Amino acid sequence: MELARKLAILADAAKYDASCASSGTVKRDSRHGKGIGSSTGMGICHSYTPDGRCVSLLKILLTNYCIFDCLYCINRASSNVQRARFTAKEVVQLTLDFYRRNYIEGLFLSSGIIRSPDYTMEQVVAVARTLRLEHEFRGYIHLKTIPEAAPELITEAGRYADRISINIELPSAADVAKLAPQKNFEKTQIAMNEIRNRIEEAKAARSENRKVPLFAPAGQSTQMIVGATAASDATILRQASSLYTKQRLRRVYYSAFSPIPDSSSKLPLVAPPLVREHRLYQADWLMRFYGFNVEEITTSAAPNLDLNIDPKLAWALRNRDIFPVDLNRSPRELLLRVPGLGTRSVERILQVRRWHRLRLDDLPRLHLPLNKVLPFVTTADYNAKALTIDGDEVLAQFRAADAQMELFAEGAASAIHGQF
Amino acid sequence: MIEITFVPTFAHWQRAAREALQQELAPEEIAWQELSSHTPSLPIFEESTDASTGASTSTKQFLVPKKFVELAKQIALHSDEQRWALLYRILWRLTHGEPKLLEIFVDANVALAHEMAKSVRHDIHKMRAFVRFREIKNEDGSWFVAWFEPQHHIVEQNAQFFVDRFASMRWSILTPERCAHWNGSELSFTSGLDKSHAPKDDAIEGLWLTYYKNIFNPARVKVHAMQAEMPKKYWKNLPETAVIPALLNEAPARVETMMKSSGDKIAQDNGDVWMRAPVPETASLSKVAAASKSCTACPLYKHATQTVFGEGPKHATVMMIGEQPGDYEDVAGKPFVGPAGKMLDRALEEAEFDRAEVYVTNAVKHFKWEPRGKRRIHQKPSARDIAACRPWLEAELRLVQPKVVVCLGSTAAQTVFGPAFRVTKQRGQLLESPLAKRVVATVHPSSLLRQPDEESREREYKLFVNDLRVALKAAR
Repeated sequence: MELARKLAILADAAKYDASCASSGTVKRDSRHGKGIGSSTGMGICHSYTPDGRCVSLLKILLTNYCIFDCLYCINRASSNVQRARFTAKEVVQLTLDFYRRNYIEGLFLSSGIIRSPDYTMEQVVAVARTLRLEHEFRGYIHLKTIPEAAPELITEAGRYADRISINIELPSAADVAKLAPQKNFEKTQIAMNEIRNRIEEAKAARSENRKVPLFAPAGQSTQMIVGATAASDATILRQASSLYTKQRLRRVYYSAFSPIPDSSSKLPLVAPPLVREHRLYQADWLMRFYGFNVEEITTSAAPNLDLNIDPKLAWALRNRDIFPVDLNRSPRELLLRVPGLGTRSVERILQVRRWHRLRLDDLPRLHLPLNKVLPFVTTADYNAKALTIDGDEVLAQFRAADAQMELFAEGAASAIHGQF
Repeated sequence: MIEITFVPTFAHWQRAAREALQQELAPEEIAWQELSSHTPSLPIFEESTDASTGASTSTKQFLVPKKFVELAKQIALHSDEQRWALLYRILWRLTHGEPKLLEIFVDANVALAHEMAKSVRHDIHKMRAFVRFREIKNEDGSWFVAWFEPQHHIVEQNAQFFVDRFASMRWSILTPERCAHWNGSELSFTSGLDKSHAPKDDAIEGLWLTYYKNIFNPARVKVHAMQAEMPKKYWKNLPETAVIPALLNEAPARVETMMKSSGDKIAQDNGDVWMRAPVPETASLSKVAAASKSCTACPLYKHATQTVFGEGPKHATVMMIGEQPGDYEDVAGKPFVGPAGKMLDRALEEAEFDRAEVYVTNAVKHFKWEPRGKRRIHQKPSARDIAACRPWLEAELRLVQPKVVVCLGSTAAQTVFGPAFRVTKQRGQLLESPLAKRVVATVHPSSLLRQPDEESREREYKLFVNDLRVALKAAR
């Protein structure tokens, strides 16, 4: 099979993995002419496809042959897709050729499982090894690993890769048993625990001795498929919260289940609205950067996020008694809870108000979405109490406005696939 | 109004601004006049030396926050000529009673300055992202050349990034204003060129377009999200954007094809078809067995004599699962009647099983083989074969409800536990699987027949009997 055909098949097969991040790793360069590549710690998106996703890495599978039969997966054993397999050499060459032309930051290599998990992992590691040792490649490498792979292979993967990931796939053991009967939910989490330990050990050892090899300096991430089972957003977010705290993941990616060729009849026929994925990312952000506890984001009466309004606004409307918040006096934690105030805006407000009392006229210069912010704040010359923040009309107004915005503000969702 | 003419770089402006401050010139009194485009040799980031003014003791020192210098260096790269006046106004205010001005983001001057700096940073970032090299090959190797059109004066400032990354290559980045060149050891700059000097194609670019087309998911079209990050003004120099209209045109049809081809049926060009075996909804094991006789869910039926369904008492306490029927079983229509079956019988007796308690079956119910001379040689079933046949096995487990399942060999064990299962590592242990609560895996009895000598056969046989005893114990 010619290379272009293989690339077409194995890129197509890889696109259901959402992650394309190339950020958060150690600084490297090749300015002295040895090897090739650099990383500044900041990721770069080299292109964007019309699905709004960034292209930062060459994201491909080594092969899409697979002995597993996970129903949601396009590459499952019983799927009818055309199969192909790269040689390690082909992947290495392709990565270098793309990198030299500045198309990519590096490689995200995953693979269907052929023969056995160890055999597969060995092939994947061989690509990374050749890139790092033979070509002194200093760009970014993300390797997908397999829970069942031997520990020494994971060790080697972690040495060459900036990031390693294992997909949790579904948010509960029951879902995994139903759609991926050959996978094991607990085992996956145990494997993630082990990776967390390795990352932390390597970091601690390196702080004492710089010669200790790195282990996945950009941490580990995972992906959960949303909408393939009946799991609620509360279940999904609780699982994510547990992964962030227990396994210390850098990122949990949510991938709206998308219709795949040759999908199984056990899967739902329709894809969930993409906005659900978007709301989950917003909720994820609230947990990681805004001090929200997972239990605050959904309620037992409504375990799913409201698709019409963002989760922070939804929380504010449920907790109207703490508003309005005084922009000139309230502490950071409270400012972070105001709909429309992002982490950067909050930092700026805190800085400005040391020297200057904020007035209504000042807010546009902070680039705040006024329609969202105003009902919840007071400034030196303005009090939201004057407007009523009670009553369902306000809510209705937000719903309508937000639903409108959703049609045009798809850009907002792109941030979640971008670089951090 | 005083006109100050200066080379439009940060260092020169800094020198001029210092002098203006010495003379207490208010922002309104100055017209900043840029000298025509700066010469190639002038570095932008020359630290100002103060040689002229530093010696004079009467010089007033002006203290400004470090942040201002950083901000001003960025803004100096902006393409708007008004930036110098803005910088001076901020400098004036910082030194005339508003030392904290920079932190007041809501101030009109400060807000504009941050806006400009952001635009420069953005441009620097986009250049790092969107430069596309094309390779020119000649006698002395290759040279990578890119054409890029920045919004601001960022080429010199940004060149080091490309050196850090591509020092082992020789390259040039051509732009309308300045061109950067790296010959493998030295960085140099020349004046601007037009696009016609850049190469028109590249040997690898076709593969890049292939990648771009195939990594796109037609099921989720979000054009606005794409354009927010990759504005159209950059498109003309990005080769991949040429395929965007076609991708968008084809997207709805591609999604429709995806939907249509969904289902559990797999068809290969040679006419082979796989699907999930159609198990009738009934509580009668004999009805299920009868239905299996006409199964055509995978292509194996074409070359096998008949379906070989499981056999044994309906409420057996132990279910033995093998791989597939062999040559003898295929002819007889019964499982485990050949040499391997005889070996199993002997071992079951030795382990003191009551044969009346045992149900025997296989993961795949048709014999898969290839001819070799006059003999039919066993072939391992594929993952698709096993997946197609699996509903029969699931039905047997559901209707017999054995207390313990014994997997004989890796095919059976992997059908029950998943493809990662290794019999050699976990044989003889009582395990749990989603298919059955209590499972013991062991080798297939045919492996005993393949042992090279009597001694190893005897040893393996004993291990096999031991594994069976584990199962028997669990069943009681």
